[in-house]
Amino acid sequence: MSSDLFRYVLRRVIQLVLVVFVAVSVNFLIPRLLPGDPVATLIARMQTAGGNQSIDIEAISASYYAKYGLDQPLFAQYLNYWGDILRLDLGVSFANFPEKVTLMIARALPWSVGLLGAATLFSFVVGSWLGARLAWPGAGRLVRSVVPGMMVLAAIPFYLLAIILVYVFAVELRWFPPAGGVQTTTIMRMDWATVRDILHHAVLPFAAIALGNIGFWALGMRSQTVSVLGEDYITFAEAKGLAPGRVFFWYGIRNAFLPQITALALSLGAVVSGAILVEVIFNYPGLGTLLYTAIRGQDYYVIQGVVLVLIVTLAVMLFIVDLIYPLLDPRIRR
Amino acid sequence: MTVAAARASRRRASRVDASLVIGLVMLGLIVLISVLGPLLSDPTLANVGAVRPRRPPGADFWLGTDAQGRDMFTLMLNATPNTLKMGLIAGVIGVGFGTLVGLVAGQFGGWIDSTISVISDALMTVPAIAILVIIAGNISEMTSLIMALVVASLSWMFTARTVRAQVLTVKERGYVEVARVNGMAPLEILFVEVMPNVAPYILASFVGTVSAAILATIGLEALGLGAQNEMTLGNTIYWAQQSSAVLRGFWWWWGPPIVVIAVIFVGLFLTSVGFDRFANPRLGRE
Repeated sequence: MSSDLFRYVLRRVIQLVLVVFVAVSVNFLIPRLLPGDPVATLIARMQTAGGNQSIDIEAISASYYAKYGLDQPLFAQYLNYWGDILRLDLGVSFANFPEKVTLMIARALPWSVGLLGAATLFSFVVGSWLGARLAWPGAGRLVRSVVPGMMVLAAIPFYLLAIILVYVFAVELRWFPPAGGVQTTTIMRMDWATVRDILHHAVLPFAAIALGNIGFWALGMRSQTVSVLGEDYITFAEAKGLAPGRVFFWYGIRNAFLPQITALALSLGAVVSGAILVEVIFNYPGLGTLLYTAIRGQDYYVIQGVVLVLIVTLAVMLFIVDLIYPLLDPRIRR
Repeated sequence: MTVAAARASRRRASRVDASLVIGLVMLGLIVLISVLGPLLSDPTLANVGAVRPRRPPGADFWLGTDAQGRDMFTLMLNATPNTLKMGLIAGVIGVGFGTLVGLVAGQFGGWIDSTISVISDALMTVPAIAILVIIAGNISEMTSLIMALVVASLSWMFTARTVRAQVLTVKERGYVEVARVNGMAPLEILFVEVMPNVAPYILASFVGTVSAAILATIGLEALGLGAQNEMTLGNTIYWAQQSSAVLRGFWWWWGPPIVVIAVIFVGLFLTSVGFDRFANPRLGRE
């Protein structure tokens, strides 16, 4: 491993640690920096929000004081907080007391990862391909008419596309279910009926995320490809008489694609932000809906837990993208 | 057509860009609605219970009424300027702070630069809405000003990066060297010599920042974290969603805010694409 590569990896590791550190600290500090007793505020909120729920205020209150050790100095509290997180203890839910937040998140996570992972990968690959085709001379009429439209569509926040999709395909046409991850009557098993039901529910949210993102990737790839077109090695490859397909793939796409990966790393956060709202609109049983329900119910530990998991998951994904990058770009490896 | 031939034809094509014009017209329309809107309709019609609820669009109510008895047309006329205002305030603060940080990082370099770069890189990769949710959820009474501040706190990184990169190149120019040799103080050089030359890039990042700020604001509001008493586009979507307006077929409730938001974002998008082509003809055209 050369020293440059080592520096590159070290910088990425520092960034990962920093993001996790900042996320945990923000989660810890913000409730404490604001005026007022956090537990009293939480309980007061819970009472106004809870209404007719009969919850044991004393027990919850005592559990919070004990848990946070609020009589201890701030720094000791901070260390305790880290200890809890390292033991994967994110507290308990108000709304479903004493359900553990960690368990609630573990139930929701596979839905989000499946939906968002598939939709993001799909739009990244398809969008980049279309963008490259559009920029390359001799693009077909279909590409030239559809792709600019997709770019304009990508400017609109994609959870708004989700609302339109629900109305057209679920409410009016009734082709797809309007909400949820599976039929409430479906028993989750590893069989074809369950898988089909899950896929049937996933079509519309998938389409919303894909439609909203393909144009974004196409836009980036198009401008990268256009600037690659100006390079001498393209002229050289053509002058050598290489097959057009070979020039397109190995001289055009190969070089234009690298900045796309950087862009992917930088925009994952925005994609996740939008996907949270898509989940809310479809009432999809993932992290986004969990967060929304928690916000509405002032279920504070759940909010904190989901936010923490979102940030940390994303930071780890970025870290992986950053580590893959030198494999694709030999210039960094050297 | 070979690549070389295409390149030549691309160089020839240069006229006023259609997307720039369309984008500016769309934005102009929105600004016009924002300025004239409050004069066109009695704002009290947008109060809860002011009119008969759940009426479809018709002669009396041009855009219908929502389930809380508000006139959608009046609501849109008042919500659009509020949303724009928040985006602009957040954008100005974000760009201002970003410029300052970028100037400092670029001018002074060293450990200051490294620290700022690492922090802004790290913040750029965090899903903004996650941090905003934590902040917004902890504020007891949300107002549109606090909302703008919260959003601005995460909208400075892009400007900071752009400005820093530009400062690094401007710093090496001859006239900066001359100023330094003449004994100008570093801060004076920064603001008198460097900053005016970075200004176009600050302006360019302003469009992107305002657009991102409006996006974040609407997102937070749609999650129910906005200023509950204000009429905004995001709040309208939140209430429509809360009342299952989509499933109940009240298309005139969620439709208008979506159309207005779409016009804002498509307008911003086309404008910035048009400007890019104008400033950088090499990008070519469809």
